[in-house]
Amino acid sequence: MSDPKSEPLARLTPRPIDTSFVSRSFSRRTLLEGSLSVAALAALTACGSGTSTSGATAGSPASGKVTWGSNQSDAVPKKAYAEIVRAYQAQSKGVTVKTNTVDHNSFQENINNYLQGSPDDVFTWFAGYRMSFFADQGLVGDISDVWSKVAGMSPALKAAATSKGKQYFIPFTTYPWAVFYRPSVFKAKGYQVPKTMDEFYTLSAQIKKDGMVPMAFADKDGWPGMGTFDQLNLRINGYAYHVSLMAGKESWTDPRVKKVFDAWRKLLEVSQPNSLGRTWQESAQSVQKKQSAMLLQGMFMGQQFTEGPDRDDLDFFGFPEMDTNIGSDAIEAPIDGFMMAKSPKNQAGAKNFLAYLATPAAQQVSVKADTTVIAASNKADTSAYTPLQKKAVKFIAEAKNMSQFMDRDTRPDFASTVMIPAIQTFIGKPNDVDALLKSIENQKKSIFTA
Amino acid sequence: MTVLADRPQTAVPDISPAPGRRKPGIRAPRMVLHTFLVVVALSWLFPVAWAVYNSFRDYGYTSLHGYASFGGFTLNNFTNAWEQADFGRHFLNSAYITIPAVILTLLFSSMVAFVVARFSYKFNLILLAMFTAANLLPPQALLIPIYQMFRSAQVPLWFSDSGTMLNSLAGLVAINVAFQTGFCAFVLSNYMKTIPKEIYESADVDGASVFRQWWQLTLPLCRPPLAALATLEVTWIYNEFFWATVLLQSGDKYPITSSLNNLKGQFFTDYNLLSAGSVLVALPTLIVFFALQKQFVSGLTLGSTKG
Amino acid sequence: MSETTATLATPASPAATSRPGRRGGRSKKRRSTADRITITLFVLIPSVVVLGLIWLPAISSVFLSFTNWNGVGPLTPDNVIGTLNYENAFTNYPPFWPAMMHNLIWLAVMFLVATPAGMFLAVLLDKEIRGSRIYQTALYLPVVLSLALIGFIWQLIFSQQEGLLNAVTGSNIDWFGDQRYNLWAALVATSWRQVGYIMLLYLAGLKAVDASLREAASIDGCTEVQTFFRIIFPVMRPINIIVLVVTFIESLRAFDLVWIINKGRNGLELISTLVTQNVVGEASRVGFGSALATVMLLISSVFIALYLRVVMKEDQ
Repeated sequence: MSDPKSEPLARLTPRPIDTSFVSRSFSRRTLLEGSLSVAALAALTACGSGTSTSGATAGSPASGKVTWGSNQSDAVPKKAYAEIVRAYQAQSKGVTVKTNTVDHNSFQENINNYLQGSPDDVFTWFAGYRMSFFADQGLVGDISDVWSKVAGMSPALKAAATSKGKQYFIPFTTYPWAVFYRPSVFKAKGYQVPKTMDEFYTLSAQIKKDGMVPMAFADKDGWPGMGTFDQLNLRINGYAYHVSLMAGKESWTDPRVKKVFDAWRKLLEVSQPNSLGRTWQESAQSVQKKQSAMLLQGMFMGQQFTEGPDRDDLDFFGFPEMDTNIGSDAIEAPIDGFMMAKSPKNQAGAKNFLAYLATPAAQQVSVKADTTVIAASNKADTSAYTPLQKKAVKFIAEAKNMSQFMDRDTRPDFASTVMIPAIQTFIGKPNDVDALLKSIENQKKSIFTA
Repeated sequence: MTVLADRPQTAVPDISPAPGRRKPGIRAPRMVLHTFLVVVALSWLFPVAWAVYNSFRDYGYTSLHGYASFGGFTLNNFTNAWEQADFGRHFLNSAYITIPAVILTLLFSSMVAFVVARFSYKFNLILLAMFTAANLLPPQALLIPIYQMFRSAQVPLWFSDSGTMLNSLAGLVAINVAFQTGFCAFVLSNYMKTIPKEIYESADVDGASVFRQWWQLTLPLCRPPLAALATLEVTWIYNEFFWATVLLQSGDKYPITSSLNNLKGQFFTDYNLLSAGSVLVALPTLIVFFALQKQFVSGLTLGSTKG
Repeated sequence: MSETTATLATPASPAATSRPGRRGGRSKKRRSTADRITITLFVLIPSVVVLGLIWLPAISSVFLSFTNWNGVGPLTPDNVIGTLNYENAFTNYPPFWPAMMHNLIWLAVMFLVATPAGMFLAVLLDKEIRGSRIYQTALYLPVVLSLALIGFIWQLIFSQQEGLLNAVTGSNIDWFGDQRYNLWAALVATSWRQVGYIMLLYLAGLKAVDASLREAASIDGCTEVQTFFRIIFPVMRPINIIVLVVTFIESLRAFDLVWIINKGRNGLELISTLVTQNVVGEASRVGFGSALATVMLLISSVFIALYLRVVMKEDQ
């Protein structure tokens, strides 16, 4: 098993990262390699019957069909992706794209089997540890040659796409996690945006008196709660400690971790109850319906607001400061993008498509259709951005340190089989933390050293 | 064939009440009984009825007036569910999986049942035990090896567009056949044992091969249990959820029951749409059930052929 | 998921056709080569399918449980770690014991509530009453529905915001989301189906009971209750056992409904969902998941053995 990475490959910082590693090559059973590397399938029926049309060989220009695995199953991003395909095919000179959409959560969950089974040529994925975990096992395709022609990506982005000296990931969009609210509500009730946690609790008391829930919260799917943990940890213990903890280098029974959970317990008192039965979409809707005042969430929550005046009435502020020594300049901004299969059926086409996806033009199509994310490329034209997107650009640019999100910064098996149940247990029984932390630590030990 | 008439009645038990055996007199306990049963039956039908009722109602109406209300009827939910969730394709997938699986299952199980019933080899009991027990194993316990196996089984592209058995409808057919053959083999063997030996003896004398005996003698005689099992298997394989969810990765290959999970993400707020989707998904099994109720029941209870 | 079924053997009646005694002579007859090939193939092909797709994977799972393989790359002797997975499962995996507990509760409810209810209704419907057919249809309608579908249908009733139950009773309980209630909500939905299923099996068994037994009992002056418990119930012993085994096996395999609700978390942990989470999820803890799966296999094997004993004994 690969060692946990503490090097901030996955972290975005304004300074470029030194990533000189020896590249290891993994041998892997490559069943499809060789026989299918040139064939582009024309089959569109579910049964898979169909003949393959002549595809491109490695040297000739890209043509044929490229399959695109997408986890963007919600309505808005799904539409955005369809737009991208349209735009790409208009200039691709014959390369077509077939999108394969799978439910968002299911896509992530099946990734292991997906990658080892018959993955699409290009597919959605995330930067960070979650990318290098699979890249290091030889499960994804090396696209360093595509990167050599890419322009407009900051060195930090390239670092986030790199593992052991090779690039595997094309950054596409990003978005910040922050506390979202509706300005109209704040204005009507005279609320002020809190800068410190004390101000936050004063505000919450006021909100409660006014009959609203201060903080919406949902954790039915298990991962949204990670966002809260991350923000609290970043504010209480700082960015460096958070990175180290995610890498498995700190003990979970440390009093510093306990402090985080104690702070969370306090936060739960002003959060929506029964969060374990609520999906994040529902928590976003409770803000939209003005039943809750705030929600700590990624900017994608805006998708639950209809475009237009509804979504224009949405704003955010960074998670309040909790320790003046630490401040509040560390944020979470996950990067979404694409990877290539280890043995794509249409490699030339896939690389052609990936190169397109790295262009500002492609990203602009996406961020125009889905205004809850911003383009990764710094060449993207931001003039057409909504006020929210412009604020996000500023927010990210001003941050000193950036993490990706718990389930992208640590081992997937730790995140999903240990942390999800642990966080849900905590939310169900916030008072009994010691035993929980001990259990997390024991499990962490068994996983990180397996 | 005259032998048919001599065959003892091996029909499956008819559960409908025999006429004319009603006990006279005591009304009150009967009334209580009927009332009780009516209440139970109505409450049993209620959840499905509720889903059907809501599938005809408009979301705008119910979100305004709440669900315990009356009104807002529309047929839109059905058309919307069909289009948004791409039901046409998923129903087709279900058909592609169910029909071959049922045919193969019945084929394989009748083959084994025939040998076990017709001949008395020493291994018969063990064979039957192996088949029957296979039906009872938890599928989760088999997941990983099946996964690895399917992934390494390379097949031509016309068979499965992924190049392997994984993420292919053929793989699903295979696993369903494996699971269901055991049960069907057991049931069929029980039934086939009641076919009198004389039939086979005369066939032997006539020089008919074993294959012909199976194909032309046994199988036609087994029409009742075959029909019953076919009904049952169609329902079970159509309803199968676990394997379809874990062995398929492309959203467009999901059969209808597993695609419901995908629906959940899209329809999670619009419960009327979800009801309509559920009703549509349930429709084939409900139709099969009402049309072939007798077969369904007899399939489940087949085996009491010795009396 | 495949259904367990019970093929019922009649409790007490002789074979209607003439059988043993005449068969001895059969096997002595020489079969032609074509026939022998046919017979061999008839046995071989299905057996290969079942052995290869069911039994072989089952045994492989057991072997994998002693490794720490993660599913990627080759399996090497380095991967073998002995019983470490089991130790971790029993001592270092918080959802494990709650899952066992939930399976036990599931079993208890099925065994003590759903199955007896089904049996009771079968007894009631065994009497010749008008409309028996209709009652039966209503009761086993849920049996033809997929468990995943049942999850959705009951969602309409149990949902916190839009469910009927809360709309009618005015409560605000999140039936599927609150871990104090969601197991019971899931059990209600499952029982809805289980009752009909058991009723059907038991009714068929009751119909096959020799009518003369009942007549003799009523002549002797037994009440209906007495007749049932003293005479009919004991005579249906094989069916009782089969119903019991079916209840156990289905409780152990319960998966679809819970997975649809919330993937088996937060109060709905079951051993089947734990296996799936570890194996299907991004985690891919194959060795660990196999250990959990082996636990499932071991528990099932007890009941499978019981089932086989009963069912095979009736055969020969």
